[in-house]
Amino acid sequence: MKAATAPAVAAFHVTKKFPGVIANEDVTFDVRVGEVHALLGENGAGKTTLSNILTGLYRPDEGWMEVAGIAVDFQSPRDAIHAGIGMVHQHFRLIPTFSVAENIALGTGHDPVGGRFDLKMIEERVVEISESFDLPVDPRAKIWQLSVGEQQRVEIIKVLYRDARVLIFDEPTAVLSPLESERLGATLQTMARSGRSIVFISHKLGEVASIADRVTVLRHGRSVQTTSENDVSALASLMVGRDVESVTRSSRAIAESSSRVGAVVLEIENLHAVGDRGLKALEGVSLDVRSGEIVGVAGVAGNGQRELVEILAGLRRAGSGSIRVEGESLENGSTRHPIRLGVSYVPQDRMGTGLAPDLTIAENMALKNFRRPPVARPPFIRQSVIDAQGRDLMEQFDVRAPSETTPTRRLSGGNVQKVLLAREMSGDPRVLVIASPSQGLDVGAVATVHRLLIDAAESGVGVLLVSEDLDEVLALSNRIAVMYEGRILDTFDRADADAQRIGLLMGGQLDVSA
Amino acid sequence: MSINDNLFVIIMASAIFYGTPLVFASLGELLAERSGVLNLGVEGMMLLGAVAAAWVSTNVDGPAIVVLPLAIVAAMIAAGLGASIHAFLTITLRVNQIISGLALTIFAGAAGLSSYLAGIWQLGQTPVKQQFGKIDVLGLSGVPVVGPILFHQTLLTYLSWVLVIAASFYLFRTRAGLHLRAVGESPQTADSVGISVSRYRYFHVIFGGSFAGIAGACFSLMIVPTWVDGMTAGQGWIALALVIFGFWRPDLTLLGAYLFGALSSLGLTLQARGIHISTALLSALPYVMTIVVLVIVSNTASRKQLGAPAALGKPYEREER
Repeated sequence: MKAATAPAVAAFHVTKKFPGVIANEDVTFDVRVGEVHALLGENGAGKTTLSNILTGLYRPDEGWMEVAGIAVDFQSPRDAIHAGIGMVHQHFRLIPTFSVAENIALGTGHDPVGGRFDLKMIEERVVEISESFDLPVDPRAKIWQLSVGEQQRVEIIKVLYRDARVLIFDEPTAVLSPLESERLGATLQTMARSGRSIVFISHKLGEVASIADRVTVLRHGRSVQTTSENDVSALASLMVGRDVESVTRSSRAIAESSSRVGAVVLEIENLHAVGDRGLKALEGVSLDVRSGEIVGVAGVAGNGQRELVEILAGLRRAGSGSIRVEGESLENGSTRHPIRLGVSYVPQDRMGTGLAPDLTIAENMALKNFRRPPVARPPFIRQSVIDAQGRDLMEQFDVRAPSETTPTRRLSGGNVQKVLLAREMSGDPRVLVIASPSQGLDVGAVATVHRLLIDAAESGVGVLLVSEDLDEVLALSNRIAVMYEGRILDTFDRADADAQRIGLLMGGQLDVSA
Repeated sequence: MSINDNLFVIIMASAIFYGTPLVFASLGELLAERSGVLNLGVEGMMLLGAVAAAWVSTNVDGPAIVVLPLAIVAAMIAAGLGASIHAFLTITLRVNQIISGLALTIFAGAAGLSSYLAGIWQLGQTPVKQQFGKIDVLGLSGVPVVGPILFHQTLLTYLSWVLVIAASFYLFRTRAGLHLRAVGESPQTADSVGISVSRYRYFHVIFGGSFAGIAGACFSLMIVPTWVDGMTAGQGWIALALVIFGFWRPDLTLLGAYLFGALSSLGLTLQARGIHISTALLSALPYVMTIVVLVIVSNTASRKQLGAPAALGKPYEREER
């Protein structure tokens, strides 16, 4: 019965090129009515481009699409919406100053010229949808007042409000706690059972395996295979194209290294701070990092992690509280003082905050030691020393680029991260603060970066690893702190850490000691 | 001495009179900025409107009821054409909005196109033939206090009130207004739900620009009333500050315009009363005030809190990756 019906949406031999990149090449993909179909692939494999083609944002250079067996040619997102295809974007397309109902109504319907539109009717319809799909949200709340999880529910309702039959979810769990992700998975299956079709884009193997009916694997812009496989390691090799090596420290290695940790190098005490919007971002954070250990801070994005690392790097002023590095307290809001005390910082926004994209690799590597000899010979700097230092560090950290004078903006994500780590690890740091070290990197680069972090700890640096990726935190850390709404809810030794419990804490569930 | 000769009443009445062009100009700029396009060409567009209106009023024969609306339409078209240059440059070609707007003011403004046109049309040697005079609405102009302030103004003032109310309704009560605000807040979002970003931007930049034309006509047909080179005297810049001052809301912008109108008229009014304060000082007041407003709101954080459209000044391009 199912097999007889045409797929809800299908793309045939689709190719899309951008200047210098082939984002999609000869991709064929279809979603049946009532199924959850996952698009699996690494960053840059072409998942987002394909979904943008399906939703009419891009037009394919070659190939064609069919909706319910009929050929279509989308000129704009409007056409795709009319054809019943809706997208839940990874970066929400919501207007913070508008209410939930206003955001949902945006772009729909037509009122008589000069007439006012009926917000009340829209609100009623929103409540109706939110009740029938278990997506609770207050239609009158303003978007900026909502949590990330709630905002995502608004995005989903927005698509359902337009009567979409095909819903495309672009990395929907990236911003959710494990508990919320699980709930979302159930919602997706409910929607599929109600006769809708779900495209679920992800690079998280476990989720794909548990939620999807079928999986299409994309690699380097091509569709590798469509399969009902739900074995994680088989999917992993399909995604990467080879067997995956990943760096995890065995629990024994971690226990062993834990026995070698030294004195406290970083002491954070009762730190308070406000965020960009003037709301409280940190409410009494206390945390120690010892020499030779990796302390992982787990948490869903937006719970104060960014503010915490920015304060440690001096990029943001703390409201109150104290930070000491090897006993010496850090000046509030100075970026030079942490550098002098040996605090290294690898930000999440590597190209924006971490590096100057138009400067060369060697120059970027010298950004922290250009004040001191041998680079400095006041009032001048020595370009030849900078370049020589760059060459050395490139070799040491395995940075792959044509030369040390290549501008960093031309590097791939993994090499960018290595340039940053090279700069931050050289010059004998005492503390390394690193945020989302593997975000946006391919599997090979992730392994290298993890290796470097372990080496750093083993050489006696205290590493503070802040990451939204719980698996990464669990794989590397000696101790794990869980951050939620500006507080550290709990801290665990790796040996006592239980992924389930940490996952619940990340969602703010405190009373789960049972 | 009647109560209507009271200094307060006179200042209030002239605040509205002198504030009227500011209402038009800032309302137009507000519409453009709500769509995400900053147009620093207000001053230039006002002068284009002023010269077009002066030409019609000087050269077209006929009763006032025909000539004056025609002059207003001409002013709107002239300024709208100026705005369409800005729209094409910033929306289609994605030129920096500040540079394009400044270029428009330099091109069209004092010692630019408006002066050139006035020169070849030989305007400014005599007063315009038809002008907007104060009218007595429903015979209420004699009512104590409110009479001279509210019921003894020119038709242009009443037109501005209608437009302010219409714009408020449009922005906050209609779907098109919601879409306009969405385009100004987040063009990506608007585009993703099928709203045409460039159509909304073009329309509001050009239509908003035509309001600056009416503002210019206020000078050449009502306040002065003849053509004088550079007669808007920087009021276009004040209008820009007023949009911020009014938190991008038509009603508050109107109040701001009258506050500045009061400052503009203070010198004349006080002088007429024989109160001697340096006129140079008094006529500098609105500009000083403008600088103060701009300094207060110039840092990005406070601009966000004031409610500036989040995408203001940013060109929108879809196929970015």
